[in-house]
Amino acid sequence: MQLLMFYGFGFFALFAAVGMVMSRQPVMSALLLIVNMFCLAGLYAMLNAHLIAVLQLLVYAGAIMVLVLFVIMLLNLREKQGIISKHQVALQAVGIMALGFFIISVIAKLDPSKLPPSKAIGAGFGTVVVVGRILFTDYILPFEIASVLLLAAIVGAVILAKSKV
Amino acid sequence: MFDYTYLPEPNMVPYLVETMAKIIFIFSMNMGVFAPLLGWVERKQSALMQDRIGANRADIFGFTLFGLVHVMTDALKLLTKEDFIPRGADRTLHYLAPFIAVAPALVAFAVIPFGGQYNLWGHKANMVIADLDVGILFVFAVASISTYGSVIAGWASNNNWSLLGGIRVGAQMLSYEVAMGLTLVGIFMVYGSLRLTDIGVAQENFFHWGIFLQPLGFFLFITCALAENKRTPFDIPEAESEIVAGYFTEYSGLKFAMFWMAEFLEMVTISAVLVALFFGGWQVPFVSHAMLADLFGFLGRDWAQVATMLVHVMVFWGKVLFWIFILMLIRWSLPRFRYDQVMNLGWKIILPLALVNIFITALVMLWVK
Repeated sequence: MQLLMFYGFGFFALFAAVGMVMSRQPVMSALLLIVNMFCLAGLYAMLNAHLIAVLQLLVYAGAIMVLVLFVIMLLNLREKQGIISKHQVALQAVGIMALGFFIISVIAKLDPSKLPPSKAIGAGFGTVVVVGRILFTDYILPFEIASVLLLAAIVGAVILAKSKV
Repeated sequence: MFDYTYLPEPNMVPYLVETMAKIIFIFSMNMGVFAPLLGWVERKQSALMQDRIGANRADIFGFTLFGLVHVMTDALKLLTKEDFIPRGADRTLHYLAPFIAVAPALVAFAVIPFGGQYNLWGHKANMVIADLDVGILFVFAVASISTYGSVIAGWASNNNWSLLGGIRVGAQMLSYEVAMGLTLVGIFMVYGSLRLTDIGVAQENFFHWGIFLQPLGFFLFITCALAENKRTPFDIPEAESEIVAGYFTEYSGLKFAMFWMAEFLEMVTISAVLVALFFGGWQVPFVSHAMLADLFGFLGRDWAQVATMLVHVMVFWGKVLFWIFILMLIRWSLPRFRYDQVMNLGWKIILPLALVNIFITALVMLWVK
């Protein structure tokens, strides 16, 4: 059952990703990206990371992609301007495949005995309480730095927008 | 606290039967009871408030049933109407949009508990379809998906009014989702959990209901919820006087009905979330689970649990109905806000107040401890 779901999510994620790149309509591309994010959220949930799965839906699929769609609709982008030559598409496909092949071969070469031993996941792994506790104890400094960075970005965005009004 | 109660138990059959029964119950409650009947309730209520008689013409052999026959005639009319797709519209997306609008309202119900936990003949029955650890966040995540239904509808119709409506939906939903999440942080702090069943259990004592512990949070949340529902004080995405009917201008027949249904089902979901977070969920005021089970003690241990369960489920739906009624009252009482007023309310009033609420809650919790 788990394996079946994994293949289902994986297949649809790949399908949506390829469709997103190939689609000529910006809105269609954005929608396919949302489908892709859905599938990724499903995969996260299967890895017991329920919080990340829901946040993926809430933040990326629910908020950021609405903004992307919003911009596309506001600019009223209908179809992609110009045509990509078949040559270029083929080149891109070959390049991506070569990169994938390289990564897979590197992973296959790795000696599993030399990797750091994997820790068994504790009870409640991926739940809100556990993730929150880790964020506010072991990773408090990166967490705070990230939040200050985001705050700076928000303030910067407000200032940039203000000067134009 | 960390048990994965929503994972299949070793004994699969009772689990599957229970889950299927709960899904069928919630689905039929929403699609069979609320979706058609709320139209009737709204008509009659608005008529009452505006000193009119309301729907009373359609009849079966002379029986009008207080206008209830109109529900059936409406359904027939919408089913037989021409399904029109404007020229130049994106056919696939035009078809897809109403479905994306309806589905989230139903899916969100999966994590809302409509009853407590009961021990029936050795089988633990939990009156919630999926008792997720992330609980209420799941509702938000799903609700944020429903935005796409309206946005895509606006875009796919190839109509400028629709497009404007769609863009307004996008802006409004995004603004209020941020504020809505923050208004509930106080609730999470007080109850120490996102799981809606935990929050429900914590509200067994009447004075521990969310409305008493988070009064400011309640008012902020209900405002945001109204805005997310896109109904009258906040219905700028479909403002008739400005942009015809907004994002569903180009929809007719059953697809139009689906947008209308989505609005009603969202209202049910919002009321259910309100009840689960602020009004004690399935709990009867001043009567605890154990007291209720004692009261029905003469039925025997298991049947007493069944009776308790029935009372709790009925109390939950009663509270939900009450809140639907209040939400409708608000709809018929307030005029539509202007676009800039909606945005100002969201970003400049509710968002800062929500942050203040979090701060005050933290201070009080420190002081109490």
